[in-house]
Amino acid sequence: MTIVDINAKIPNNVDLADDRRLQRALEGWQPKFIRWWEELGPVAFKRSPVFLRTAIDVGREGWANFDHVEMPDYRWGIFLAEPEPDRRIAFGDHQGDDAWQEIPGEYRADLQRLIVVQGDTEPASVEQQQKLCLTAPSLYDMRNLFQVNVEEGRHLWAMVYLLHRYFGRAGRDEADEMLERHSGDTDNPRILGAFNEETPDWLSFYMFTYFTDRDGKYQLASLRESAFDPLSRTCDFMLKEEAHHMFVGASGVGRVVQRTLELMHEHDTDDVHPHGGLNLDLIQRYLNFHYAVSLDLFGAETSTNAANYFAAGLKGRFQEERRDDDHVLRDATRLVPEATDDGIGVREVPQLAALNETLREDYTEDCGKGLDRWNRSIAEAGVDFELRLPHFGFNRNVGTFAGHHVSPDGRMVSDAQWHANASDWLPSDDDKAHVKSLQVAVTEPGKMAGWVAPPATGINRKPLEFEYVRL
Amino acid sequence: MSDLEIEFETSPEQYRHWVVEIDRERATLTMNVDPTAGLRDGYELKTNSYDLGVDIELYDAVQRLRFEHPEVKVVVVTGGLDKIFCAGANIGMLAGATHEHKVNFCKFTNETRNSIEDATAHSSQVWIAAVNGTAAGGGYELALACDEILLVDDRASSVSLPEIPLLAVLPGTGGLTRVVEKRHVRRDLADAFATRTEGVRGRQAVDWGLVDQTAPLSSFGNLIDERVAARAVESDRPDLGPGIRLVPLDRTVDGDSVEYSAMSVSIDRRAGTATFTIAAPDAPQPATPDELIEAGAGAWVLRCARELDAAVLHLRFNETAIGTWVFRTEGDADAVAVAEQLLADHPDHWLVREIRLYWARTLKRLDLSARSLMTLIEPGSCFAGVLAELVLAADRSFMLDGTWEDLDDPPEPATIRLTGANLGWFAMSNGLSRLQTRFWGRPAALAAAEATVGTELEAREAAGAELVTFAPDDIDWDDEVRIALEERNSFSPDALTAMEANYRFVGPETMETKIFSRLSAWQNWIFQRPNAVGPNGALQRFGTGSRPDFDTRRV
Repeated sequence: MTIVDINAKIPNNVDLADDRRLQRALEGWQPKFIRWWEELGPVAFKRSPVFLRTAIDVGREGWANFDHVEMPDYRWGIFLAEPEPDRRIAFGDHQGDDAWQEIPGEYRADLQRLIVVQGDTEPASVEQQQKLCLTAPSLYDMRNLFQVNVEEGRHLWAMVYLLHRYFGRAGRDEADEMLERHSGDTDNPRILGAFNEETPDWLSFYMFTYFTDRDGKYQLASLRESAFDPLSRTCDFMLKEEAHHMFVGASGVGRVVQRTLELMHEHDTDDVHPHGGLNLDLIQRYLNFHYAVSLDLFGAETSTNAANYFAAGLKGRFQEERRDDDHVLRDATRLVPEATDDGIGVREVPQLAALNETLREDYTEDCGKGLDRWNRSIAEAGVDFELRLPHFGFNRNVGTFAGHHVSPDGRMVSDAQWHANASDWLPSDDDKAHVKSLQVAVTEPGKMAGWVAPPATGINRKPLEFEYVRL
Repeated sequence: MSDLEIEFETSPEQYRHWVVEIDRERATLTMNVDPTAGLRDGYELKTNSYDLGVDIELYDAVQRLRFEHPEVKVVVVTGGLDKIFCAGANIGMLAGATHEHKVNFCKFTNETRNSIEDATAHSSQVWIAAVNGTAAGGGYELALACDEILLVDDRASSVSLPEIPLLAVLPGTGGLTRVVEKRHVRRDLADAFATRTEGVRGRQAVDWGLVDQTAPLSSFGNLIDERVAARAVESDRPDLGPGIRLVPLDRTVDGDSVEYSAMSVSIDRRAGTATFTIAAPDAPQPATPDELIEAGAGAWVLRCARELDAAVLHLRFNETAIGTWVFRTEGDADAVAVAEQLLADHPDHWLVREIRLYWARTLKRLDLSARSLMTLIEPGSCFAGVLAELVLAADRSFMLDGTWEDLDDPPEPATIRLTGANLGWFAMSNGLSRLQTRFWGRPAALAAAEATVGTELEAREAAGAELVTFAPDDIDWDDEVRIALEERNSFSPDALTAMEANYRFVGPETMETKIFSRLSAWQNWIFQRPNAVGPNGALQRFGTGSRPDFDTRRV
């Protein structure tokens, strides 16, 4: 392959054309990736041209090129954000040292683990969402789904690049295994539990992109602080794309709320189910579920791994350098929630041990912003209802609250109380059946399914009627 | 100890503590320690007590007797002081030494005593201890390393192992082990012996099996003559020389690199590694035993062993913070095989035998070194026969699968080649070859590996025969090797030493493995305990008139 060919096929800013070793590593991996995409990517429309954004460079002009592309021909590129000259390590025991351009052998296992866990989620979400294209509520949504999917694929490439380039044979083996684990596969599941659940419907998809992809944002943002500079730069660029995924979620949930309000107004009722809509309390239950599952992804409130990662400089806090402390945290303490049989209390622990909790708090604050917007539109419609984030102890399976029952408003409740109220707090079978009944593909350009409002604008200044997917 | 560098090269003209006299088939090695010539300040080597400097001379003498004096069939080791044979390791030296120096000191002295036993057992150069005065602690242990112990019966001279009652440590050079394993002293008597400061004299020493024979002062010389004559006739060593001269090593130190004639060692302090690069012979090597004697210490097979031995000792003592030794080779594998062929063709020739045994001892030193051993097998290397032992001795080996694809003119892929030498010339402390050790309990795998003898194996074949650990290709090589070395360097050196020592010596116990594992491990534990080394411990209190204060809790 010529340099031009390679760069055309795999757009990159890592000098791939001059790195024969990396080329050979990727050449071995790429066919497996394509095979994986064919088998576990979107189940339909494989050859339909989709109006996709492709990154061909990291600059302002380069990272968002729009054109109709058949997905298997999508050019999954490898991009790292521009290097920051003379970058220093901002936190932990190596604070002030030069950032690492190679992985220190001492931290091989930990860095590999962090990258593998992050990387594993990327193809997992594609697998979880593979059937959604059959029930897309519009071509606009179908296109957004595919955009998210190809970019998750690219994020996998980004992690695979790091594994291939920096971790030797073990890294290559791990890269292969990321294609061998499959979401929901009993014998060979994805690493994190939340990524083994199918995304069964589009309300779940919007919730997933809003809540679960936002966990991804916070994980990437804390890895962007890493002393390992290539990881930092990779995550920095991934965050640009991740923002679109969360936009799909925020605008998607917002459009569902909007449509519900329209139906409530039109039919003068709180119960829009008979009119093909989704009631606000059902939306709240979906929100409860997805928020709780996403909180679990942050891990236990206290974690020696998190402390070690921080001290070693592998993973920082969200916006580490904007924080006003010593960035070493040797002696600092903080309070973390603690569930006991007597109720919900707090205990004081070293800050280093509580970094998962610190990141989770930042995440919760961010989650609240979307709810504020949705609630504004509810208030503007004159409806007396407010969407709320449930208490952080609600429906948790990881950390101090695992094994306890906490109501959405933060009360410790008994088993009996929990079971009596579960269908008010979490999606019930009836809810799921109703949502499922509304999942009908709408493929006429510009048209929307009846349960979701159209977006305010199209993609890349195209009109809503634009043929985002040429079927 | 101060951090002055310890020099291991010496020669009889420079000895301060020993006198060597050669009388045809008999050599007499007389210990006459110069009290003022300790290796360090702060102690006096009274009453034939020794420090590392004394033992470096002893090791040199052992080597030279074997190589320079083929005609010597019996070595008599005796004391040069009145009523004193040897008082053992110097207590002041031990009390002032760092932990790692004590441990290294004991290891080296043990290796020297093992080489004395090796001379008796395999070179037909029999060592006899003529204990002409008191032999205490390490003094008696030196006698124990000899094949016979003759004790003068003057009503005063005793043999003893007083370390436990006097110093709260163990006799550190194999004493406890040899008393029961080699001399077959009954364990309850051995217990009584090792806990009484005054030791055992005369007849009782013979009865308990601690010595072989006694004689009064007047006939002690006759007894020695008698035993020398009896043992000399059993020896198959030649009656005449010539031997070869162990000339000073060709060595140039340049900062963190040491260049020898057949190898170099270069230290990377940041990485904590020392890289040995051993070169194949680059000139024709002796093809007959006569040519070998003619070439002497210049022959590659001997030069290389001496240099490896010297480098290992230098790094062990002088570079304790360099935790990983990396082995590379360069040159023509055929040249190695050809040089070695002479050793295969004339196994009974005295010099061939000495060289093979010397390699065995030197490779054992590697096994016993408290360092991580990593071998890198790359294109242009020559891991054949004796040098293939460096692959088998390693804790991990990496062999490049293929070649350096990115070079304009890629070299031939690396190979390794086993030869007959790998099938038993170089027994480890456990009595097994490194191949047998590697495949302990797996006879089929051993047979498969042995079946490759004489075949050049590329990486996949070598990995298939389980002779190398990992075979990355050139895509992964740099990262694999760098990461492995860096990661190794980040682990606790204590835990690594302990792990490596556990993995290296599978299979049967021998006297040697017991000395280096059970005895040394317990001793090294004691060396960390306040009862021995604390401010109120026995080593500090020894000679002060105050008794040590022991923490009486058993651990």
